Amino acid sequence: MSVPVRTLFFAAYRERLGVSELSIDLPSGSTVADLVNELRGRGAPFDMLPEKPAVAINQIYSFLDEPLKTGDEVAFIPPVAGG
Amino acid sequence: MIFTEVSSDPIDTAALLARVGSDGDGAALLFIGVVRDHAEGRKVKGMRYDAYSEMAAEVLREIALEASIPLGTDRIAVAHRFGELKIGEISVGIAVSSPHRAEAYEASRFVIEEIKKRLPVWKKEYYVDGVSEWVEGTTPPGTGIENSTHAVPLTDEGLT
Repeated sequence: MSVPVRTLFFAAYRERLGVSELSIDLPSGSTVADLVNELRGRGAPFDMLPEKPAVAINQIYSFLDEPLKTGDEVAFIPPVAGG
Repeated sequence: MIFTEVSSDPIDTAALLARVGSDGDGAALLFIGVVRDHAEGRKVKGMRYDAYSEMAAEVLREIALEASIPLGTDRIAVAHRFGELKIGEISVGIAVSSPHRAEAYEASRFVIEEIKKRLPVWKKEYYVDGVSEWVEGTTPPGTGIENSTHAVPLTDEGLT
């Protein structure tokens, strides 16, 4: 059983990766940290993502040990600079 | 009534200020954040704001709600813009009113400081020499990540 999730990239991450959105199937029981490892394991340019990036799941800031469910939206959040 | 907006449309400050105020309020404040022509000694010609707009709208609403508690009123209107902005254009507008000035100043300050800490918005400066860089940001609370300004590789792109 796999868990399909939608990942979003913004600002510097989006520019460096050349994508703003990716759909990824993860093994069931995967956490955000597993998602980060899966992406970084793809090599360049995905290995530019920090080992411990800030993320939001379904638009709420979340920790990396959070388990993922089918259809979750996981956003990789570079250091924010609003205002 | 609390009003918040994250949009690529120009911010109408008069409309924002008109959203706050009441017969019982003796103080109304309008704060605007404006794109300036320099940053750390470099000449800036413009800025591009990137936003996770759906989430930013939610976070901005949370910030305004939190500000309303010490303010003691719900008369707060906040707008944040994204997209390409020229020098002098308004990136953020915060209107607040309250019976007395102290609470209004406090709430206005709270909103802008929290925007900088946790609104999922980013900005890229375009310098007159043709180089552009993402402005160094801060890691938002609630992510379990150390709040270090970790290095994000920068890219150079012309202002389109």
